[in-house]
Amino acid sequence: MVLTCKEVSSLVSESLDRRLSWRERLGVNLHLLICKACRRFADQMRFLHAAARQFSRNYPIDMTSTRLSESARRRIRHALEHHD
Amino acid sequence: MRKQRPESTDEAPDKTGSPAPDRGLSPPEGWLDRHGDALYRYACFRLRDTAAAEDLVQETLLAAFQARGGFAGRASERTWLVGILKNKIVDHLRKRRREDIVDTPIEPDEDVEALFSPGRKDHWTHAPSVWNNPTASLEQKQFWKIFSDCVDLLPARQAQAFVLCELDGLGGAESCQVLGVTTTNLWVLLHRARLRLRECLEQRWFQGNSGDDGADL
Repeated sequence: MVLTCKEVSSLVSESLDRRLSWRERLGVNLHLLICKACRRFADQMRFLHAAARQFSRNYPIDMTSTRLSESARRRIRHALEHHD
Repeated sequence: MRKQRPESTDEAPDKTGSPAPDRGLSPPEGWLDRHGDALYRYACFRLRDTAAAEDLVQETLLAAFQARGGFAGRASERTWLVGILKNKIVDHLRKRRREDIVDTPIEPDEDVEALFSPGRKDHWTHAPSVWNNPTASLEQKQFWKIFSDCVDLLPARQAQAFVLCELDGLGGAESCQVLGVTTTNLWVLLHRARLRLRECLEQRWFQGNSGDDGADL
């Protein structure tokens, strides 16, 4: 069960979404023991996972300058004022 | 796992039968001016459809007005409104979901395929670089701008999968339903999104800040 970097990257990604089988975990761990590139990748995936959660809390509200158009604003205001 | 909807009233009405007074909410007439653009930005990001985004801003402000008696002041006014909006977004996406889950094979993503070298037993074509102190990046505004740009660059299906699963925390089963894909294909989409994001962040952020030029191993 020698796994390639490509296979390991896929399993590492899936480990964020599901439980790996013990066979899969063994294969991944053996590969990570000897492959520095994939170790870095695994660390970076964990970081991305945590960053995404934080991103969803903060963004994009403060990050861009998109605004409601004047006509949309008027329309919404009208709807809010005339709603019972 | 669905969080309790923020619109649900969790405070008892007072004895006169009218809703409990607003706990520190600003006057509702001002909500559109104060929060409208922020809500709109969030909805545009999630839906990529400005008309739908405008509608959801309207629905959110309406729902918030009706639910204002239930605001307990535990979150800020903005956070509370965004919470209502998020639920509206998920409802909107659910309404658009496909009726059939079809196990159509997803087309290959050539950029992702190129990350591994078939001639070298599918090793990394370019090994991931060292990322110096990534956690510190989370404190930097410019990092989040780049993160957001990288998400915007994702192909549409991958972006949808990533946003639903990673950002909204929708369960796998629910995401599959909204996207109309099998679980296996969902994982493929997520995997590709993550690989692309990693590449993008490395090129645009970490390689400028890292002490390692990512020499192949």
